[in-house]
Amino acid sequence: MDLNHSADVEAFRAEARDWLAAHVPATPLPSLETREGFAAHREWEALLHAARWAVVSWPEEYGGRGVDIEHWLVFEEEYWAAGAPGRVSQNGINLLAPTLFDHATDEQRARVLPSMASGETIWAQAWSEPESGSDLASLTSRAVRTEGGWLLTGQKTWSSRAAFADRAFGIFRTDPDTPKPHQGLTYLMFDLRAPGVTVRPIGRLDGKPAFAELFLDEVFVPDADVIGEPGQGWRIAMSTTGNERGLTLRAPGRFLAAADRLVDLWHDLGDPADTALRDRVADAVVGARAYQLFTWANASRFAAGETIGAESSLNKVFWSRYDIALHESALDLLGPDAELADGEWAEPWIFSLAGPIYAGTNEIQRDIIAERLLGLPKGRR
Amino acid sequence: MRFLPSEEQSDFARTLRGLLAASEVPAAVRAWGAGDHAPGRALWARLAATGLFALAADEAHEGMGLLPLELATGFVELGRAGVPGPVVETAAAAVLLTRLGDEALAKRFLPGLAAGETSATLTLPGAGPYALDADAATHLFTVSPAGELRLAPGAGPLRTSTDPARRLALPDGGGELLAAGPAVTAAARDAADWARLLTAAQCLGTGEALLARTVGYAKQRTQFGTAIGGFQAVKHRLADTLIGLEFARPLLWAAALSLDPGEVAAAKLTAGEAAYAAAMTALQLHGAVGYTEELDLSLWLRKARPLRDAWGSPSQCRAAVLQERLR
Repeated sequence: MDLNHSADVEAFRAEARDWLAAHVPATPLPSLETREGFAAHREWEALLHAARWAVVSWPEEYGGRGVDIEHWLVFEEEYWAAGAPGRVSQNGINLLAPTLFDHATDEQRARVLPSMASGETIWAQAWSEPESGSDLASLTSRAVRTEGGWLLTGQKTWSSRAAFADRAFGIFRTDPDTPKPHQGLTYLMFDLRAPGVTVRPIGRLDGKPAFAELFLDEVFVPDADVIGEPGQGWRIAMSTTGNERGLTLRAPGRFLAAADRLVDLWHDLGDPADTALRDRVADAVVGARAYQLFTWANASRFAAGETIGAESSLNKVFWSRYDIALHESALDLLGPDAELADGEWAEPWIFSLAGPIYAGTNEIQRDIIAERLLGLPKGRR
Repeated sequence: MRFLPSEEQSDFARTLRGLLAASEVPAAVRAWGAGDHAPGRALWARLAATGLFALAADEAHEGMGLLPLELATGFVELGRAGVPGPVVETAAAAVLLTRLGDEALAKRFLPGLAAGETSATLTLPGAGPYALDADAATHLFTVSPAGELRLAPGAGPLRTSTDPARRLALPDGGGELLAAGPAVTAAARDAADWARLLTAAQCLGTGEALLARTVGYAKQRTQFGTAIGGFQAVKHRLADTLIGLEFARPLLWAAALSLDPGEVAAAKLTAGEAAYAAAMTALQLHGAVGYTEELDLSLWLRKARPLRDAWGSPSQCRAAVLQERLR
């Protein structure tokens, strides 16, 4: 067992650190959940991409550096420690890209990935429907065969970043007559500005349009934008959810940096006599370290040839609860300033509150843990 | 970087697990609590034969070198089986004597401890006042805040812990002065870190045993015509228990790798809380039968809380984490 990085990884870390120190904007960008912020973050993505820091784990031909997961985790540590902006391209990079690497054609990869890496095309996820949240397989939006492609009709909702994004990916019912709901689904990509698409932004708790509803009325999608075989959408989609819950969406570096900021805040504002608050700061430090080490252990497992499985549900519940606890502790330290909406911790706190809800609710994750990791019987949900 | 146990480490854990599974540990625990140490000593002898106690002593004195990772791996299994006696204290005493570097003392005590022929209990500055199992241990060491290492002449009356298998006593003052000075203080600090680390390992094993037993029970116990393990409220509590334990494990490994006081405190805090949470879940889901001493579950249930607090309460561990963080 060994926690030391090789000289190669440490050199990579130093290179990333130097570049970030020279390029991270001195003043924070406007929120990426606003039109203005979206544009500013798109520019940041282009800058990252030009220096090949946008997608370090991708093959070089698509704009990456072809590095392994250990390098990627180290890059993320440096990225968040440097106070770099949130990633407006995260839906595409973290959710669609892994699916494309596993299931797409070479032509699709060559066409889609470079503009995703550069921020030129920002992707939104279009999975949930008004009546299909945790029971995703019950979705009813359909894709009907037409000359050279498919026509999409129906409604998607809670589509993150869709208010300002360019394209979306999602699953649609292509065969309504299958015996089971998760059969007859097809995974495809579509243009959010195509005829027949209506995007209605939805304000989240702080009013920012962080997601949107999509109304689809016979939206044409060419065959070239179907991922994998028609009818196999569920299997393909499920290969993405492990990524979403697991490593890619929430790299430990993000929480290590946040815990560092919390300790600084406690150091500056904390009342030494308030041991309850002191204990919560300590818990934040320990939680970030636990998450980092848990991730290192998984990364070691993947390096040894294993693949991500139901343990990604452990991750999801852990980081989503951790994120809220950390931000609540910051608010408690801030006292009367905590409620100021433009405070440094306000938007991240609002963002953290969604953690237990999205990427599969924590209730569903606990069911998966209980059934697949502990072997408890399937019960009625 | 390869943050996984090696084949040898996993094999060692499997060997211990197999040995302990075949050893009727619950009977030894009950006898130990009743003051009959013979079955417990027999168990210790079998453990010593695997080389377990030699992992806390240097090679010059019949040890295998200080191997905290291997030892922690082994102590997870001791916790899982519920092994009674001053196991942590014996290892910590061996570490203290190894670190002290006093050849005469090392020669006098270490070979016996490493071979498992003798056992030890001890009190250290900054930790609790009670010596565990002073009536059963071969040696009773004390280290004073001023850095005096003594062999205590005896101990006060035995007091039972809320875990009947743990018996507590205040060491008598005086006794043979073995060593004194800053070297003792430094060695005692190391020994305390090891005691904290190995208690964390015991906690993890204890929590895992509680979870496994409760999962087993939830699968076979039926109510309203169905196994209770199918109810979402039950599943979610067990899922949370697993999350607690799974995130404690890598902290334990990292602490054993570095022996950094902050890492050790983080591991102890997390494993201790996870094990105690596992105990509360086990109690709730077993219902009234879990509240009885006759069910073997009680052996682990009653251990979880004292282990959570021994060699560093959660509050002490949190303070240590922040102290290291701000250093």
